[in-house]
Amino acid sequence: MSTDSPPTELAQKPELATGDVSGGAPEPHDAVSVAPNWKLVWWRFQKHKLAMFAGYVLIAITIIAAFPGFFSTQNPVQSITKGSFMPPQGIQFWDNGPAFFTYEMEGKRNARSLRMEWVINEERRIPLRLFGEGYEWKFLGLFPTRLHLLAVVNPEVDAPINLLGTDRLGRDQWSRLVHGTQVSLSIGLFAVFLATVIGIFLGGLSGYYGGLTDMVIQRVVELLQSIPPIPIWLALSAALPRTWSVVTTYIAITSILALISWTGLAREVRGRFLVLREEDFVVAAKLAGCGQMRIVFRHMAPTMSSHIIAAVTLAIPVMIINETFLSFLGLGLRPPAISWGVMLQEAQNLQSVALAPWLLLPGVAVIITVLALNILGDGLRDAADPYH
Amino acid sequence: MSESGKNEIDTPERPILSVRGLKTRFVLDEGIAIAVDGVSFDVGVGKVVGIVGESGCGKSVTIKSILGIVQKPGEVTDGEILFAQAGNSGGADADYVDLAKLDNRGKKMRAIRGNEIALIPQEPMASLSPVHTIGNQLVEAVRLHRDVSVSEAEQIAIKSMTEVGMPNPAERMSMYSWELSGGLRQRVMIAMALVCSPRLLIADEPTTAIDVTTQAQVLNVLRSLQKDRGLSIIFITHDLGVIAQIADVVVVMYLGRVMETGPVDDIFHNPLHPYTKALLSSIPSIHGTSRGPLPTIEGTIPHPFNRPKGCPFYPRCGAFMPGKCDQSTPRLTASNPAQSVSCFLHNDEAEPA
Amino acid sequence: MFTYILKRLLILPLLMFVFSVVAFILIQAPPGDFVTSYVAELAASGSAMDQRQIEALRELYGLDQPAYIQYFKWVSRLLVGDMGFSLDFQKPISELIGQRLLLTVILGLATLLFTFAVALPIGIISATRQYSFFDYFFTVLNYIGIATPTFMTALILMWLAFSNFGITITGLFSPEFANAPWSFARVVDLSQHLWLPMVILGLDGTARLARILRANLLDELNKPYMEMARAKGMSEWALVIKYPVRLAINPLVSSLGWYLPLIFSGSLIVATVLNLPTIGPLLLRSLISQDMFLAGTIVLTYFGLAVIGTLLSDIFLAWLDPRIRMEAA
Repeated sequence: MSTDSPPTELAQKPELATGDVSGGAPEPHDAVSVAPNWKLVWWRFQKHKLAMFAGYVLIAITIIAAFPGFFSTQNPVQSITKGSFMPPQGIQFWDNGPAFFTYEMEGKRNARSLRMEWVINEERRIPLRLFGEGYEWKFLGLFPTRLHLLAVVNPEVDAPINLLGTDRLGRDQWSRLVHGTQVSLSIGLFAVFLATVIGIFLGGLSGYYGGLTDMVIQRVVELLQSIPPIPIWLALSAALPRTWSVVTTYIAITSILALISWTGLAREVRGRFLVLREEDFVVAAKLAGCGQMRIVFRHMAPTMSSHIIAAVTLAIPVMIINETFLSFLGLGLRPPAISWGVMLQEAQNLQSVALAPWLLLPGVAVIITVLALNILGDGLRDAADPYH
Repeated sequence: MSESGKNEIDTPERPILSVRGLKTRFVLDEGIAIAVDGVSFDVGVGKVVGIVGESGCGKSVTIKSILGIVQKPGEVTDGEILFAQAGNSGGADADYVDLAKLDNRGKKMRAIRGNEIALIPQEPMASLSPVHTIGNQLVEAVRLHRDVSVSEAEQIAIKSMTEVGMPNPAERMSMYSWELSGGLRQRVMIAMALVCSPRLLIADEPTTAIDVTTQAQVLNVLRSLQKDRGLSIIFITHDLGVIAQIADVVVVMYLGRVMETGPVDDIFHNPLHPYTKALLSSIPSIHGTSRGPLPTIEGTIPHPFNRPKGCPFYPRCGAFMPGKCDQSTPRLTASNPAQSVSCFLHNDEAEPA
Repeated sequence: MFTYILKRLLILPLLMFVFSVVAFILIQAPPGDFVTSYVAELAASGSAMDQRQIEALRELYGLDQPAYIQYFKWVSRLLVGDMGFSLDFQKPISELIGQRLLLTVILGLATLLFTFAVALPIGIISATRQYSFFDYFFTVLNYIGIATPTFMTALILMWLAFSNFGITITGLFSPEFANAPWSFARVVDLSQHLWLPMVILGLDGTARLARILRANLLDELNKPYMEMARAKGMSEWALVIKYPVRLAINPLVSSLGWYLPLIFSGSLIVATVLNLPTIGPLLLRSLISQDMFLAGTIVLTYFGLAVIGTLLSDIFLAWLDPRIRMEAA
């Protein structure tokens, strides 16, 4: 029997795998009785179709975030003065037969408003191809290449395609969105990672030792949870010197987000510890003479890990939204850094949105990502709890 | 089934409740669990019927079916629950209302629940709301069925608490459930069951959650109620000792079926069914001679999804007859004027396949 | 009950002390003292400040003295109600915050009421009709509500209203009432503008509370007291409202502890997008212009609002739940 996939009848009925083997299956299955906890969780999780789908969406988003250069069509920071506020260009797949092209956009500057006004020129077609050549980017930041997923066939003659239109400075929104995905997603991940480390450490201390340690940490947690986080984030971010580089700001913003967000995770960990501490197997381990470290890492940690993973997954979307808030208000990452929040800053006022509604599209990316993470997290949480 | 019962409705001693061929099942993702599989028994007026069986034998589901409070995914699929209508004492079937046919959430059923048939639950603590006072919940029970003012309802509630031997009943009205001891909580539940002077009282393991001394007190209260008011009681327990103290008639259940039924003395002194015998022999006795281990019934109760074909007890039965017990299900049949048993050792009648 | 409230009240000064220190640290966080950076900021934009005025400010805030003395000076003036002076607006801070604070509180309370009014029925229906069409429908809606940042909702609604009806839905007052003194007509005008930010601000919280309520209720619906109430002959709806909903609301009320700070936080962003005259946009502007004492005072105001909110929710919870009263006494 393969170790990776559950026995077939259990794939359909994983609830039988949760413990009540005696009643359900005619003969208890060896695979179930010897399966480690993570495998049981994985079998249960697979049953949750929506969460599986959310997982695939997130894998796709992560791949995009890993190689934004490959997926972008233009240099995300290059601004084209004459190309501002161009609406999204659709790809045409049919023209009396399968085809792959887009229509050219013609822009004229309105003499009175000085705005660019765009019309589709259906006379002129720009052929497109997959895996074509475009601007130079560096694979993993190391190896220069010109390969892109989507490119125009004749870059010398034709203007590049703007899948999601352009912004005020004529920058390609799609390419910026793809690069923003990398920044926003990684900020969410790093901030949660930091928060998790702090949360597990303090929550673990609190839950394992109890008593005075627990009381002090819990008061701090309560204090932090009772204050509105956004004003503090804003004030801290505002204190960052404007002269700092993009990378330094990135690290600082990540730390600021993590600094206040560890409380939820700490509570989760503490709660788990309090429950587990009373469990028979922990008492048994203690009586068997296990050292404290061994009890914590060999016995308690494995049963907690799935809960922690679920809590962490649910914390990432909160971080992503918070980064978006900060950057949107102009106090998070600052240009030339690109994140979803930075992009949405362009859509801060009604005039821009009314003129170029596609400026709101980065918000759709936020919603999809956060939605997927929440659904995945809920699925994991349900799967982590065998007696749910 | 319904025509098989030994107590026909037109017998001179008319029961207050007659359950006939009751079937209740639970439709779950994993399959269908048949919790009650054709249960029949009668409750005579002023009598205490004790239903006994191991946990999971369907006793609780049986009484929930009678009360019409089986929750989804559970449902009563077959059988009759005939309940004698108040003030009607002549005629044939007209005097009875079939509770199984009433809408569980409808007005008719609700007018019977809590009013004519009252429940004393298993866990008094969990059955009382922790954020409402005792008085609030008692008054509510009165006013659901009696058109009285709040202060009148309070008087009824206090009187009811006095009857069940609650010390300082008036003071308890403003207290919360968690401020009372286990025994007092159970008295509150009994008082609540009695506020509308029901004709049938159903006690669902009312002594499980309390200590032995209090148990005895609660049993005394119930017994005196039965004597003084002529109350009919269905008493559920897994404790044969309690059954011996309180019941007139015993119904022994196993895996949703009635194994044996009869007057308490006959069941204890002349058990017919191997299961009843096994149950009785597992009671520790002070007259016991051997120093050997207490006899237990071998094996465990099968999971409801996995009911054995034929007699449900045969896998654990000492008198198992291969080819017979595992092929067809014995029917509950009168074996002497008082006792009925469903076992091929005593009669050959089988349920229709 | 009385001792419970008293205990809660006694922690209040301690909390406010801690929070005032936090706010002070935030004021001090930018490098250099705020007067210098403010002067630099002014110089960058081409204006200048009188040297004497600068000296007076340094003197007032004790900028040449150690931090704890600066803190002491700031707090002791706050205690007598003197919030100081905004360099950016050239106005006393109390004057700037006063009216905006009132509107912030009104918006917060309106949002809270909206949230509960909507989340309660949704949570109850989803739980009592588990796995029904309504349950799935609201589950989807809740996911979307949680995933959409408030400013996105605000922007989208603003854009839709503008592109379809040509109306601008910003602000809390019509232009003629914006600076008018309070009158009945002004209150009416406010109520006509208030509902939109209230709905936008409340969507996320409504979704969260409805989900919490659903989960709590599903736990409660299986409790033995439900069976008992049914056995008493209660009708299904009456018993659902009287027992499980009543019990499931308690954790919801205690969740106000984190929900209120969230509302005030959220109102900051929505207010910025919708250009509402609340303290949020003021904080943003003061932070960007490095008017740090104004910023610090507003941050402290936010803390104060959250503390008062938590206190009220604690008292409310104790009133609702006799077990908590008993524990505290």
